[in-house]
Amino acid sequence: MKRGLLCLLVVMAMIAGCGKPQFSDAEEKTIASLALNTLPALKPDTTNRFADIPAAAALGSTLFFDQGMSRDGTVSCSTCHKIDRQFQDDLPQAVGVGRTNRRTMPLAGVARDPWFFWDGRRDSLWAQALTPLENPLEQAGNRAAFAHYIKGRFGERYERIFGPLPDLSTVPANASPLGTDAEKAAWEAMPASQAEDVNRVFANIGKAIAAFERSIEPPQTRFDRFAIDLASGARPQVDDALSPEEILGLKLFISKANCVTCHNGPRFTDNSFHNTGVPPVADLPQDRGRVDAITQVAVDPFNCFGAFRDGDDSACRELRFMVKTGPELIRAYKTPSLRGAATRPPYMHAGQFSSLDEVVAHYSKAPVSVEGVSEVHPLQLSDRERAALVAFLKTLAE
Amino acid sequence: MASLWRYLLAGLGLAALLVGILAIVYLTAPQTAPGADTSRSKTTANRLFVASFQPERGVIRQGELQSWLLTLKTVKGVPVEGAAITVSGGMPLHNHGLPTSPQATDYLGEGRYRIDGLKFTMSGWWQLRFAISAAAGSDTVVFNLVL
Repeated sequence: MKRGLLCLLVVMAMIAGCGKPQFSDAEEKTIASLALNTLPALKPDTTNRFADIPAAAALGSTLFFDQGMSRDGTVSCSTCHKIDRQFQDDLPQAVGVGRTNRRTMPLAGVARDPWFFWDGRRDSLWAQALTPLENPLEQAGNRAAFAHYIKGRFGERYERIFGPLPDLSTVPANASPLGTDAEKAAWEAMPASQAEDVNRVFANIGKAIAAFERSIEPPQTRFDRFAIDLASGARPQVDDALSPEEILGLKLFISKANCVTCHNGPRFTDNSFHNTGVPPVADLPQDRGRVDAITQVAVDPFNCFGAFRDGDDSACRELRFMVKTGPELIRAYKTPSLRGAATRPPYMHAGQFSSLDEVVAHYSKAPVSVEGVSEVHPLQLSDRERAALVAFLKTLAE
Repeated sequence: MASLWRYLLAGLGLAALLVGILAIVYLTAPQTAPGADTSRSKTTANRLFVASFQPERGVIRQGELQSWLLTLKTVKGVPVEGAAITVSGGMPLHNHGLPTSPQATDYLGEGRYRIDGLKFTMSGWWQLRFAISAAAGSDTVVFNLVL
């Protein structure tokens, strides 16, 4: 009798012991899927045959930091993508030659994106790199001027990578299909073969910059060390263990708060576009997000179907199978990676929120969208839960 | 007598253990659609075709563009050729459509059609609806997938 009771107590103790683990099996699986060690090796970019050539990346690096790559010689890619600030600028909206209407995106892991900019208006890293060069609010240059500049300043380096530069002696100093009226007129007056020569040099500038940007990858964080220990069954190192508040935040992130629905995988993004009811900024031009980017990427001469792509069109499936219409595209913006986010306020596509507290409060409240329909539903998170989510997000930046 | 008690208590203990395990399995199982039929082969709505739907490379990888094979046969088992197929769908619980526009891109013979451009960007319940037009008529079929 006594032995029977003892037996029962032992069995019950065993149940009690395993009945309340820190994480369920499903939670552990989700946590493992977020860890950086599950990030696959970077795939080759067959649309840019210079993507993995070190000399191209070196030239791209030079161009990335060169203020000569702008109309007035004061702005480079690195003006907004600051190397010591996760390649972003801490401003609500980027400031180049003028003030833009969007927040600068950080660059860690950018080569893994299928779409570029907040609205995905470009479909390759090299096509993206060309866009600010000619945007009048960013580098404000024009492609004819860039071709001349490359020839004069980096001609030898360029030719070692891309082959002989075309004859630019009769190319106007300033010309572009996207420039001022005078630049557009100069571009229109150019023979088609000459325009293609300039476009080829311009595309190669983008390909060199993209080759450089491929080396920018997200660093391992405290969360990753914790997740790897959890998956392997190792006891977390003292410095890597998450506090009870951070663990609560992690649990909320992957369950009740539904953050992991969109912020999934080792980069904490589904690489897709969503309307989450983020309010517009009062003094900025109308911004409708993805819906207005569809045509832009479809007509971009440097897109995957264009003449400047290397390799075959099997690399163009994202563009080919792109969603082109539908109410969900209205005010839909790209899900940003959350790695390092805690140390780079402000947040959202136009820097609408100045702190993670504001971001989490927004998702908890889930206000309706000014246009289109928000995909987010109210969560009713308590103060403690919201603070826990913020505490967890900080582990992705340490 | 003591021996009987011992067996009874051991039995109770084991039953409690079983309940504990079942509770853990139940509580940690992925959330599925209430009663969603996740079979990969089914008869179309108006019973014109039997459709089966499989990932071309056997596995579903979340977040990657992938192709699937839709195999169409008549209810008598004859492969359906020359079908026009359109694809739609989405995530019913999230109230949004597909993140890509998949298309029937190739006919591979024996009633097999390649559906390319599928991408499942998040875990959860997905629905894929096919509208099929062939010599026998037009019909639709919906497949449920839970990632």
